[in-house]
Amino acid sequence: MTQSLCRDCGAAPGDSPVCAVCGGRRIVRHDELFSLHIAHVDCDAFYASVEKRDRPELIARPVIVGGGVRGVVSAACYIARMHGVRSAMPMFKALKACPDAVVIKPDFRKYTDAARRIRALMESLTPLVQPLSIDEAALDLAGTEALHGAPPAAVLAKFALAVERQVGVTVSIGLAPNRLLAKIAAGRDKPRGFCVLGADAPALLAREPVRLLPGIGPAQARKLEALGLTRLGHLQGLDDRDASRLLGDDGPALTARARGVDTRRVDPARETKSISAETTFNTDIADAAALESHLWRLAEKLASRLKRERFAAGGVVLKLKTAAFASRTRTHRLAGPTQLPDVLFAEARTLLRREVDGTAFRLIGIGAAALAPGVEADRPDLADPAKPRMVAAQGAIDALRAKFGPAVIGRGRGLK
Amino acid sequence: MKFTADRATLLKALAHVQSVVEKRNTIPILANVMIAVRDSHLTLTATDMEIAVVEEVVAQSSRNGACTAPAATLYEIVRRLPEGSDVEFDHAGGDAALRLRSGRYATSLVALPIDDFPAMTAGTLQHKFTLPAQTLRGLIDRTKFAISTEETRYYLNGIYVHAADLGGTKVLRAVATDGHRLARVEEPLPAGAGGMPGVIIPRKTVNELRKLLDEAQGEIDIALSDTRIQFRVGTVLLTSKLIDGTFPEYERVIPRDNDKVLRVSSADFAQAVARVAAISSERSRPVKMSLAKDLLVLSAASAEQGSASEELDADRVKYNAGPLEIGFQARYLNDITDQVKGDVEFRFSDGTLPTIVQDAGDASALYVLMPMRV
Repeated sequence: MTQSLCRDCGAAPGDSPVCAVCGGRRIVRHDELFSLHIAHVDCDAFYASVEKRDRPELIARPVIVGGGVRGVVSAACYIARMHGVRSAMPMFKALKACPDAVVIKPDFRKYTDAARRIRALMESLTPLVQPLSIDEAALDLAGTEALHGAPPAAVLAKFALAVERQVGVTVSIGLAPNRLLAKIAAGRDKPRGFCVLGADAPALLAREPVRLLPGIGPAQARKLEALGLTRLGHLQGLDDRDASRLLGDDGPALTARARGVDTRRVDPARETKSISAETTFNTDIADAAALESHLWRLAEKLASRLKRERFAAGGVVLKLKTAAFASRTRTHRLAGPTQLPDVLFAEARTLLRREVDGTAFRLIGIGAAALAPGVEADRPDLADPAKPRMVAAQGAIDALRAKFGPAVIGRGRGLK
Repeated sequence: MKFTADRATLLKALAHVQSVVEKRNTIPILANVMIAVRDSHLTLTATDMEIAVVEEVVAQSSRNGACTAPAATLYEIVRRLPEGSDVEFDHAGGDAALRLRSGRYATSLVALPIDDFPAMTAGTLQHKFTLPAQTLRGLIDRTKFAISTEETRYYLNGIYVHAADLGGTKVLRAVATDGHRLARVEEPLPAGAGGMPGVIIPRKTVNELRKLLDEAQGEIDIALSDTRIQFRVGTVLLTSKLIDGTFPEYERVIPRDNDKVLRVSSADFAQAVARVAAISSERSRPVKMSLAKDLLVLSAASAEQGSASEELDADRVKYNAGPLEIGFQARYLNDITDQVKGDVEFRFSDGTLPTIVQDAGDASALYVLMPMRV
C-alpha cells in the first residue's frame, strides 16, 4: 500500500494532491516510505546558496562561485545552471554561457561553518552519519524510530526544514534501502527534493543512461556505449560471466550496482574521501622548476588541511591540466599514511617529473587519497631512521606558525 | 650445431634457466634460451637483462654451434617426452629452424640467431668467498619475507648483505625491511668477504637463488663487485645486477632499551595467532596481545564477523613486566615464528614502539616489528 507524507507538516495526506492539514503540495509517496532508513543528503548548489543567503539581493540573479583570473566554477546556482553553467567549468566558458552572472570569490570559512551546522543537525538524528564531502553525507537511521517517535522519512523531512530555517540553505534528500540508491534518489528531485527508491529501483534504473550510475565517468560511459550498453537495463541483463568477459574483473560488481545492489555500510569513521589543494596559473607553465615550486606550496597547504581535518594521506594524487584542457591524474600509494609536506611533495614530484615533457600546464593540484585517520600519520618507519627528526621539525614549524602566523617560518624551497 | 642429451639432464637444466625468463616479455629474444654446444659441453643460458642463469651439462656433440629457442615451449616439450629418452638437437645455423628428435617424435622450432641474445657481462668480481648451502639458505629464509615491494623505495626491494665488525667479531649480515618489519641475520664472516662492499641483492635474484639452493649441498661460490653478484650452485652459474641504491642505516631503528620480555613456545604462539586471526578476512587487521604476569591473551575482532581470543597461561608463557597491550598484523607474526623452532622471545618497550623478536635459542637472527594501533 502506498504510504504518504506531507514534507511541510508531517501529516499523511493519503491520495489527495494537497495536504488537508497545511494545504501544502510537497507530498512524497512510496510503498516503502516508512520502512526505508538509509538516506543521502546533498545540499543544493551549496556555495552559491550560502552566498545568496548572505546577499538576498542576489536571489533572482545567476550566481557563480569561483575565483581568479582563470579559475573554474566551484558552484553555480540553479539560475546559472539553466544557462548551462556547470561546476568545474572554466570561468571564461561559464561567463560566455551566462554573461550576466554575478561571480563571487569563494569564502571557504563561511561554507565550512554552514556545513558544520548542517552536520550537527544530522548528528542529532543518528550517530551513523558519514560525511562524503563538505555538502554531502550518508545517514543510517535504522532503529531511530523509537527515539524520534517517527519513521526516518518523517524525521528527514523535518530535518530538511530545520536546515532551511537554521542555516538558510536547502537540501535534497534521497531515501532508499542502500547508499547507492539513496545517492541516486537524492539527485533525482533537486533542488529541495525528497525522492524515495525501493523495490521499484531496478525497473526505474533500467531506462536510465549508464552514466547516471555513480562511479561511471565519461570515459567508462563511452566504453560501455561502444559495446552497445547505453542503458542501465542493458547492464542489468548481463550475467556475471558475460559481465566479466565484456567488462573485465569489475564487470560483475558494475552490473550488481546497475541493479541497485550496494552492500556498503554507513560508516561514520570513513568521512571525506579526499582532501586536495590546487592552483590555476595566470600564465601556462611548462618549466619543471616553476611547477615544482608551486607543487611545494600546495603540498604545504595539503599537509595543513590534513592536519586540520585530522586525516593522513595514504597516497598522493597529482593533478595536472594542460593548456589544451586535457586532465592528467597520477596516483601513488605511500608506504604509510603521512601528514608531512616533505613526503607529499617528494612523491608528487616523482609523479610530476614523469609528466614534464615541454607540455604547458594551466593547473596543478595535489591530493590525498586514500585518507587514513590522522593518528596513523607518520608512524615510525623502520626503513627511514630520519623520520622522527622530520616529524619533530615539522612539529616545531607548525607550533611557530600557530603562534605567529603562517609567514613566520618556511622552507627555502618555498621562496622561489 | 648437433648434439644428443638425455631427457632428465635436459629437463633439470631447462627448469633452472627457464624460470628466469620473463613470462610477459616485450623483447622476443628474452623469452628464448640460448643453447650452445662445444666439444660435449652443452650450455643453456637465460636472462631477463637483470639476471643471467647459465647451466653447463654434458652432451654428446657431433657438430659445435649455438642458437636460441623459446624457453617455455622447449621446457614443455622436453617435460612431455617419455622418461629415459634421449633428445637430439639439430640446427643448421643462421635462420634455420631448431629440429628436435626423440624416438619417433620430431619437432621444428623457430630459432632466433644468437647475435641478438643479450650477453650479461659480470665484469671483474674482486670479492670472492664461499658459504655452505645450508648457511645461505638460512640467511635467505630468515630475511626474505621482510623484503619490500614498494617501488618508490627501490633500495628496499632486496636483501642488503654486508660485512660488519662487532667489537672484534666479524660477521656477514643480511638485512631486509619494508618499513613495518625488519629482519637481520648474521653469520660468521667467511674468508675473503672482509673487504666486500655492502650490496643489495634484488628480490627476484633472491627467489631464483633460493630455488637453486633447494637441491644444493656443500659450499656455494660467491663472487661480487659493486654492481654484480655471482653464485655458483652446482652446475648453475647465476649472475645478477645489484640494486644501485643506499640501504637505510637500519641500526638506528633497532631499539636498545626494550626491557619487557615475553617468552613463549613458538609453535603454541603461532597456532594461537592463526586461530585468533581467522576471525577476520582482512589481512591487515591486528592481533592484539594483552600481557600480564605469566599470561598472554591474544585477541582479534572484525566488525563483520565477530571476535575471538585465546589465553596462553603460566604453563606456556613467561612474562615478568607490567601489563601491556600491543597489536601486530598476524601475518607479520607468523612470518617470524615460521623461522623460530623452540621458544620465541619478544622484547617490548610499550604498545606503540618497535618490538624486538628473537629465537630464544639462537641469537643470529633479530627481528623488529612495528606495532599497529589496537
